[in-house]
Amino acid sequence: MSEALIRFSGVSHRYRDGGRDILREADFQLAHGEMAFLTGPSGAGKSTMLKLIALLERPSKGEIVVDGQTLSQVRTRDVPAYRRQFGMIFQNFNLLSDRTVFDNVAMPLVIRGHTGDDIGRRVRAALDAVGLRGREKDWPVTLSGGEQQRVGIARAVVAKPRLLIADEPTGNLDPAMALEVMQLFTRFNEVGVSVLVATHALGLINRLPHRILKLDDSLLSEVRAAEQAA
Amino acid sequence: MSASRRVSTAPSGGSRWLLDHTRAISATLDALKRRPFGTLLTALVIGITLALPAGLYAVLGGLDAASSGLKGSLRASLFLKDTLDEAAGRALQAKIAAKRGVAETKYISRDAALAEFKAHSGFGEALDILSDNPLPAVIVVTPDATLPKAQAQALLDELTRLPDIDSARLDREWLERLYAILAVIERLVLLIAGALALAVLVVVANTIRLDIAARREEILVLKLIGAPDAFIRRPFLYTGLWYGLSGALLACLMVIAAGWSLAGPAQTLSGLYGIGSNVAVLSVDTVFWVFGSGAALGWIAALWTVSRHLGAIEPD
Repeated sequence: MSEALIRFSGVSHRYRDGGRDILREADFQLAHGEMAFLTGPSGAGKSTMLKLIALLERPSKGEIVVDGQTLSQVRTRDVPAYRRQFGMIFQNFNLLSDRTVFDNVAMPLVIRGHTGDDIGRRVRAALDAVGLRGREKDWPVTLSGGEQQRVGIARAVVAKPRLLIADEPTGNLDPAMALEVMQLFTRFNEVGVSVLVATHALGLINRLPHRILKLDDSLLSEVRAAEQAA
Repeated sequence: MSASRRVSTAPSGGSRWLLDHTRAISATLDALKRRPFGTLLTALVIGITLALPAGLYAVLGGLDAASSGLKGSLRASLFLKDTLDEAAGRALQAKIAAKRGVAETKYISRDAALAEFKAHSGFGEALDILSDNPLPAVIVVTPDATLPKAQAQALLDELTRLPDIDSARLDREWLERLYAILAVIERLVLLIAGALALAVLVVVANTIRLDIAARREEILVLKLIGAPDAFIRRPFLYTGLWYGLSGALLACLMVIAAGWSLAGPAQTLSGLYGIGSNVAVLSVDTVFWVFGSGAALGWIAALWTVSRHLGAIEPD
């Protein structure tokens, strides 16, 4: 395993509206090219960990380093540039209903200022990778939940990030669709993309060979290390 | 994963700026075209708001231009003493005509003045019962048009002090009153324009605020996937600009239409006063002002609204 892409050192977090610590003294590393699942009951802090990585929240205590960047040193105005470095996938897909599949997937490239030709080529490749080639002109509302999530994944990978973080990506999908989505993550991981997936679909992730971390009562623990390929 | 280690095929510098703005322009124009009724209503409100000061300014410009033809008509009517007979009066006229700075003199005898009064006053027969002609002889003096105002005034003051002059009336007084009235109207137009500019700001700001609220989900997604504030802000700024410009276009069309409908009566009125009839004609300068003001107000209103509301929309 190579150097850490994500490193949590003694990270605790409590939301500003008070209450208990949602995360306590968490130490965790995700290596470059590694795929891991973050599991635990609802409200355990899985999404909070992803929010801390995405700088949607700043930790109350401890240090987070992502690809060599200490997140406490990332200024507010630099947050968008930081977020452009990875792909995010959401439980509710977060697709824009008034834009076609193509336009939804193209959004990260438009933000980055890619030219039209380049966008067309990359979007088609991303849709091809998630099995939605030919659906460019469809509207999100005409797609099934699984297809919408695949559009969300295409949008997350279209700019070729080295890290994907996904928050309950299968939460709104039936088991067959959920497995399809997890297999997609596995395929991206096989070509070198690091993947961190927060999910409570234990039955599903137990069938996959990747590392599993568990958050319970705000404490993070290792449930299973990655299984070696046969 | 850091930016320095990633290879990007995205353009940079000026071409990136141009690409971003071209996309924002195209996207915002498309969005406005998709809801033509709403766009037209907003533009119409802005247009009406801009048309009022633009129209008043055009009228004012027309009046100013028309009255400029009167600027050379500084004249004085010198009423001669009754003791002066016609020969002495004409001699005085010749003496005045010889003075430096006097362009023209005209002697109106008592009889001629009475005849003229009878013809124009409508009291012709009533005046017949008078045993004597009550009107004095008059010398109308017009100074040289090239004479500076102060010197012309001094000349006329000097003439009114001549011993044979009973009284004098400067024809400039009504013109100065007209200019004073025009100055008041001009100030009034500025005040109205200021108040209406505020109205345009409010209309555009409110429209953009509603637009931001309607696109809240899109803004959240854009922020989640790393769109910088400038990228999110840009379409709203262009939308404000288009509202301002389309309002300005409608305002100009309204003022031109009003000018056409007023052309006939204005011509009749100006004919009566012997002045030009370009009242309510929109000058090129005014058109530029209307478009400039519309664009600036639309952009400023959008910038103000976006600055106030965009920061409040943050993904959680």
